[in-house]
Amino acid sequence: MRWIGYQRLERPTAAVERSIKGLLFDCRMCGQCILSSTGMSCPMNCPKNLRNGPCGGVRANGNCEVRPEMKCVWVDAFAGSARIPGGTEALRQVQHAVDRRLQGRSSWLRAVRQRLGETP
Amino acid sequence: MNFEDEPVPGYPLPIRPGHTSPGRFERVLRTGLFAVTTELDPPDSADPEEVYRRARVFDGYVDAINATDGSGANCHMSSMAVCALLTRVGYAPVMQISCRDKNRIAIQGDILGAAAMGVCNLLCLTGDGVQAGDHPQALPVFDLDSLTLLETARTLRDEHHFLSGRKITFAPRVLLGAAENPFAQPVEWRAQRLAKKIAAGAQFVQTQWCYDVPMLRRFMQHVEDLGLLDKAYILVGVGPLRSAKAAEWIRTHVPGVHIPDAVVKRLAGAADPAAEGRQLCIDLIQEIRAIKGVHGVHVMAYRQEHTVAEIIERSGVLGGRKPWHPGRDPQANTNRMAS
Repeated sequence: MRWIGYQRLERPTAAVERSIKGLLFDCRMCGQCILSSTGMSCPMNCPKNLRNGPCGGVRANGNCEVRPEMKCVWVDAFAGSARIPGGTEALRQVQHAVDRRLQGRSSWLRAVRQRLGETP
Repeated sequence: MNFEDEPVPGYPLPIRPGHTSPGRFERVLRTGLFAVTTELDPPDSADPEEVYRRARVFDGYVDAINATDGSGANCHMSSMAVCALLTRVGYAPVMQISCRDKNRIAIQGDILGAAAMGVCNLLCLTGDGVQAGDHPQALPVFDLDSLTLLETARTLRDEHHFLSGRKITFAPRVLLGAAENPFAQPVEWRAQRLAKKIAAGAQFVQTQWCYDVPMLRRFMQHVEDLGLLDKAYILVGVGPLRSAKAAEWIRTHVPGVHIPDAVVKRLAGAADPAAEGRQLCIDLIQEIRAIKGVHGVHVMAYRQEHTVAEIIERSGVLGGRKPWHPGRDPQANTNRMAS
């Protein structure tokens, strides 16, 4: 992959990632995917972009404070994580501040590069 | 009550080993006293006297005063300015920081500035969505969330650098707080979320209004099961309800506030609902203070701030202690003027 060049791979990989994850998880392409730590519920769909758990405004029916017609992404995350092995454990990790420069870029490519020991 | 190493009450205290701030509020908590905090409704005005007038109604009854940061996403005088005014005369404010209106650059600058002006306590909040307030057309920022905000403040304080890594020469010496709502969904996950906030740096916690003591007890049990009771000072939110109608309105319109039917019924059946609301608040405080792991109450009496003194007095939680306020010790105040 290094031979092809990551710059050239970025756009097609991001496009594929966007369409697949967009369809399955309503992915927002934050570029730092943590779906596996959030019961496969995309936290960037939270109107407050909360990546560390629900705010205090969740309604009694489990819906969002800001968008009353929408289920709270963290109510879904909590339910979803119970179905994934090690899911509730992953939910307890503190997620650090998101890097806004990565918006729209491919998380997959980033993960591959990290696994190869490179700094993306 | 004075601390023995406090030559001029209201001035910064020497920082004791294990403490992170020179503030009175941290002293009160670490001394093991039952703490009382309250909330100041910031004025829609540029008049400093309005801030002082609103603070004075709490004199002698509270250990710290929260300055809200555009609560309910409504525009008011900033929490930073309210705190600066309060520290000028010696009050111990808790500066609320919400992630709704500012990005990480503005927030870190505010933390340094606030500490420079004598603010010793920060409450790190996510903040209400803009749709809840008087400027729904505004841009919601949410660059950080309450947890990453806690981490950010702790980085400034303990590691002496910005998130960028750039060094700061004098770290803000502050006590870090977080909010939690034991009464909102997903209820079974709320103590876990508190654990995350403590892991991110929270040293004290102020909760949403509590009107359901059994539900609070279940939450506190869960907190104990997670081994968190000695990890943070928990202050439970309370407040007087004016009438059954007000209670009904709050529970349908204010997100995250849970008021059981029994409470609404009790107010509806009362001859003087406002007095009954105050009595209910006192009853709740007395029940709550008996729960293991509760270190104080946070009285949020929005637009009924004048009732806080009476509620605290009648609840007896201060046990005869009189928290410091400007003018309490005339001799010490003379010294303050002279120094």
